Amino acid sequence: MDLNYGPEYDEFREEVRLFITENEGVNLGGSLRSSERIDWQQKLIDHGYFARSTPKEYGGYGGDMDIIKSRIIAEEFAKSPIPKPMGGQGIQMLVPTLLELGSEEQKQTYVKPTLRGEIIWCQGYSEPNSGSDLASLQTKGELDGDEWVINGQKTWTSTAKFAQMCFCLVRTEPDAPKHQGISYLLIPMDSPGIEIRPIMQMTGTADFNEVFFTDVRIPATNIVGKRGEGWKVANATLAYERGSLADPNVMMNRMYALIDLMKSETIDGERVIDKPAFRDRLLRIQGRVLALQSNSLRILSSQINKEQDVTLARFILKLQGTELRHDLEGLAIDAMGELGTLYENSPLLRDSGSWQMHYMYFLGLIIGGGTSQIQKNIISERGLGMPKEPKVQEA
Amino acid sequence: MYFGLSEEQQSLENSIKRYLEDNASLDTIKAVAGGDKETAEKVHQGLIDLGISSLLVPEKYGGLELDMLFASVVSGALGSGTAPVPFTGTYVMAPLALSLAGSEVQKDYWLPKIAGGERIIGIGLSEFVGAREDTAISFSNDTLSGRALFIIDGKNADAFILSDKAGQLFIIDADDSGLTKIELTTVDKTRESMELVLKKVKTEILPGSEKNQDVINKVIDAGRLMLSADSLGASQVMLDKAVAYSLERKQFGRQIGSFQAVKHMCAEMAAELEPCHAMVWHTAHCFDHIPEEARLMACHTKAHVSEVGKQVSRTAIEVHGGMGFTEELGLHYWFKRIGLNRQLLGSPELVREEAAKIQNFDQSPPESQRTKEAGNPLLV
Repeated sequence: MDLNYGPEYDEFREEVRLFITENEGVNLGGSLRSSERIDWQQKLIDHGYFARSTPKEYGGYGGDMDIIKSRIIAEEFAKSPIPKPMGGQGIQMLVPTLLELGSEEQKQTYVKPTLRGEIIWCQGYSEPNSGSDLASLQTKGELDGDEWVINGQKTWTSTAKFAQMCFCLVRTEPDAPKHQGISYLLIPMDSPGIEIRPIMQMTGTADFNEVFFTDVRIPATNIVGKRGEGWKVANATLAYERGSLADPNVMMNRMYALIDLMKSETIDGERVIDKPAFRDRLLRIQGRVLALQSNSLRILSSQINKEQDVTLARFILKLQGTELRHDLEGLAIDAMGELGTLYENSPLLRDSGSWQMHYMYFLGLIIGGGTSQIQKNIISERGLGMPKEPKVQEA
Repeated sequence: MYFGLSEEQQSLENSIKRYLEDNASLDTIKAVAGGDKETAEKVHQGLIDLGISSLLVPEKYGGLELDMLFASVVSGALGSGTAPVPFTGTYVMAPLALSLAGSEVQKDYWLPKIAGGERIIGIGLSEFVGAREDTAISFSNDTLSGRALFIIDGKNADAFILSDKAGQLFIIDADDSGLTKIELTTVDKTRESMELVLKKVKTEILPGSEKNQDVINKVIDAGRLMLSADSLGASQVMLDKAVAYSLERKQFGRQIGSFQAVKHMCAEMAAELEPCHAMVWHTAHCFDHIPEEARLMACHTKAHVSEVGKQVSRTAIEVHGGMGFTEELGLHYWFKRIGLNRQLLGSPELVREEAAKIQNFDQSPPESQRTKEAGNPLLV
């Protein structure tokens, strides 16, 4: 066991801190694809704080893969109010997929503008009748000359309203078994025949959309991997999405914010944190957070020491991370009591309503990205070697 | 940076597990639980030969001078086999207390004998951790009087280390005429528990613990970590057994492990249990290398692993159906061991309350700046 990163990393951490101090005033406003946002992304790339190991020829920093440096960057940025590097499905899922499985032309065309925030992507996976059973998807793609013609409907498509491109799973081989009939296509969102309808959520915002495709035509070359290999291509990126839902830095910050909240709020003049029942709940949550922190150290270590097997430690991340966040945010609401039900523009609102917002949002994340029940199937089947549920003959 | 067990630690873990598989099968556990002292002593001696008594004793006193991660690994392996032997008290807490606070004479006398497996020292700190009934230990004129409950590793002990309410540590001889030993029957028949009644028992203080709670706190941290590791080892075995049984047992013409109801029970156990391994390692590492975090981590680990262990131990029995409830299958030995560990040296509620005190929740105002604090080892 050795948790020291070594002196060269202390130096690197200082360098990152200095950069953060120098840029403390930077405020990009809310809009995506603004020139300020794009310049900021480029600045982060130039310093190696973003897209660190992406090759220079594709618009990255071109540095060596260094897990510890990436970790230090993430930690220091998480602690500061300066704008974080952009995330989103294009950066987290599409870029790694293209770098691994895309054609040279696709890498040249898409990676750099995606990293710079010039192209926003949305993910066309789920369909109304294909949620947990994603591989049953029915959106159809037929080759007509040198074009794909796409018909069907996607749902739960976040950022579809702002996206220029969609990476989409489409059934192109209707006669093949369901996992082998899917292709991974890249669809420009300004193509004629695309209609977007927002889905209003319980949080009062609309982060997701339905997307309808009617005779949408795209070049035949807009396919990643071969025909019928889309499921394999998509699975390479699902792993990236699931890991990102349980960021230990964010979890720790939320826990400290919860401790502060419970020290600030009072009932009959007594601080909530001094009431034993509330305090015990807080400590139970803290114990769970610390357990996941230790788990994440083990995963970090396995990225540096390849011989370490952390299969199960990874499989549990999405399930444990989202359930814990939901519980943590929910405790904050209970700590506020009636005040915890305030929302939107109420004058007595605490912390801009972020506790209610996250409490509900994490219920969404417990469902999205593979429900908790699907996660339990994955853990039991792939982690513990238990059999799949036998198929039931349709009536 | 490497977070995990070293090759030496893994190999020690494996050799203890293998020894227990070969020499302490379920039938052996049953025999020991039924009172077979000879067999218990044979298993104990075999484990002494593998080094469990000398792990933490400094080399100078004939020990291996290994760190707390080694000790955790051993404790986990003993828990996985519900080994009917003393460990946490006599081979971890006692040598630690003596090394940290003993006089030269005490160290010279006791440590080599502990390392050699020639002497057992029972540990009784319930008076400091949370006294039940009217237990209390008082010290005057070089004697101890009072009563102590739930001595760890008290059976066959040659001496006892006890504490008063102030956390000072004292050592007494087991043969003192003022000492009455009363066996306590607990649910866990793989280890013995004991009550001590003291009437002016001749004693020596461990001088380093005089008016200083640092020593007892450290000894308790180590004890809590060992009990956590023991419960973790036992819980992992219960999960493994549940999965294995679910693949064997058939109902409705299928393996019961193919039903989602059963799979999800197992997945939930694994999801809770897997991070506990990392948590125990992390706490052991803090104990030796990041002392400012060790107490908080030890409290949280004891509480969290106890909670997870409780869930795993009942769920694993449920997966076994009616068989899980039988004496024959023997799962209850693991269930009960986890149950006793949960209460020793502080139940989860009590230990969490201590974790709150360590963080000064009582006094401190909100500090939104705290998240920006540098070098928090929990954040590395």
